[in-house]
Amino acid sequence: MDPIKEKIQSNSRETRQDLFGKIITYACITLIVLVVLSIFIFVASKGMATFFVNKANFWDFLSGKNWNPSMLDSNGKPMLGALPMITGSFGVTILAVLFATPFAIGTALYMTEIASGKGERILQSVIELLVGIPSVVYGFIGLSVIVPFVRNYIGGSGYGILSGSFVLFVMVLPTVTSMTVDSLRAVPRFYKEASLALGATKWQTIYKVILRSSTSGILTAIIFGMARAFGEALAVQMVIGNAAVMPTGLLSSASTLTSVLTMGIGNTVMGTVANNALWSLALILLLMSLFFNIIVRLIGRKGRM
Amino acid sequence: MKKLTKITALIIASSALLVGCGKSGASSSTSSSSEASGKITVVGSTALQPLVEKAAENYQADNSKVSITVQGGGSGTGLSQVQSGAVTIGNSDIFAEQQSGIKADKLVDHKVAVVGMAPVVNKDAGVKNVTMSQLRDIFTGKITNWKEVGGKDESIVLINRPEGSGTRATFEAAVMDGKSAKKSQEQDSNGTVQKMVAQTPGAISYLAFSYVKSTIQELSIDGVKPTDENVTNNKWKIWSYEHMYTKGQPNKVTKQFLKYMKSDKVQSGLVKDLGYISISQMKVQKDANNKVTSN
Repeated sequence: MDPIKEKIQSNSRETRQDLFGKIITYACITLIVLVVLSIFIFVASKGMATFFVNKANFWDFLSGKNWNPSMLDSNGKPMLGALPMITGSFGVTILAVLFATPFAIGTALYMTEIASGKGERILQSVIELLVGIPSVVYGFIGLSVIVPFVRNYIGGSGYGILSGSFVLFVMVLPTVTSMTVDSLRAVPRFYKEASLALGATKWQTIYKVILRSSTSGILTAIIFGMARAFGEALAVQMVIGNAAVMPTGLLSSASTLTSVLTMGIGNTVMGTVANNALWSLALILLLMSLFFNIIVRLIGRKGRM
Repeated sequence: MKKLTKITALIIASSALLVGCGKSGASSSTSSSSEASGKITVVGSTALQPLVEKAAENYQADNSKVSITVQGGGSGTGLSQVQSGAVTIGNSDIFAEQQSGIKADKLVDHKVAVVGMAPVVNKDAGVKNVTMSQLRDIFTGKITNWKEVGGKDESIVLINRPEGSGTRATFEAAVMDGKSAKKSQEQDSNGTVQKMVAQTPGAISYLAFSYVKSTIQELSIDGVKPTDENVTNNKWKIWSYEHMYTKGQPNKVTKQFLKYMKSDKVQSGLVKDLGYISISQMKVQKDANNKVTSN
């Protein structure tokens, strides 16, 4: 055959490289998708077993107040009321984000609108430092500082939702702050310039223009902070008291989904009711993070319009 | 169409990759239980973990061909993993018979140490001795103030261990007399409990002897002090064995390691140093139903 024709018709080195690169990226994606899917399927099948194998009532699970998986109630069904933990989880999450949001927005505004380059860089590294501290350290600080503080100055034994949300406040602050900074930076420069040109003061510009136009970004930051707080286990477990009872106030011992999970999973045997019940809690956690993700998507879509 | 075939090919390729990973994992675990390679995996009770870790370290120094991995995870994990054959030895604070979901007759028990546990209170409470029934009433929630048992006017803060933990099972078997404890705070690690009792006024919990430090007050029960001596003759009732379970009879390497664990060198050395009580000192025996017989 004509050598030139052959050369044109066969694959060049570059084409093969291209194909090779494609194969690698596709393989990585497939692997990750498979891993995510299998985690989801595993947790879901284990978590559903409580309802299909052990015949627990799903509604009782969500609304029951008595958590004692190894004991049977008067009807011979295991006592699987997860409401105390669900309440605890939402309690610490919402409170922590309520505390953190004003501080995060304030810090972010300072970093983007007020501070000089140097101040911004220092704050940036402080925030990044907060992210890097392991949660067990936060928990230990909480146990040695926050719990006695709450006990001495606010009341109760010191263990409870309030202490938990104080610890989480510090933990979600960097997440919310850095995402808020991003969304403030994304505000087009001409918005600000137009506002200033109309005679608005700096405060008026921040309040009426910058914050308004980055609302969806700030909301996203808050939701991400909530997702982080909801999933945190160790630090909260050390200060919340871990009593699987309905919290009667912010100062009484409570528990979260994650704290009950981490304490129980090593003491139960695969396939028993107690173990399956813990997987059901894990399923709730997974669904909640999915829910947070969907909300973020929805906010993002609305923000674009 | 072409794209589709490409994607399918990719999925097949990557799943082959996954299967490959699975296979290599499986082969390594089978080799761990076969005697030739000399691999032992120990998983379970965190209370026993420090002893086994130290012993394994010393054992490997003398037997370089044997490799021993020691992990925590809790008694439940240890028992279920050894039952499923995933690990060589499952550590547990409680008898396999006492754990739901475990078929105890398939497992072989090797008792390697004894642990005594003592009720501990915050120093502030001003109590050093209680009766067994008072202790029970404290944990069921009948007694809620330290002044009712001769202490200060201070409300009692219960700190319990998680449902299903070995320490709690031991404590409840010895103290609670079939009654269930009041729902209260739960903490799963000895270290955290120790710290909490030390700094929470009015707190009471229970700890293994080795975790009782001068920052907290241990309680005598009916005038009996929580000492090793009193455990060996069962005057002190709150104690349990540390078990190392194997599935069926252990293979050669495992057998030798277990023998080493029970040898005088470990029993009178490490076991004592780390705050456990040697199995050879015990003058009584306890079975899975908590029946105590003298040797």
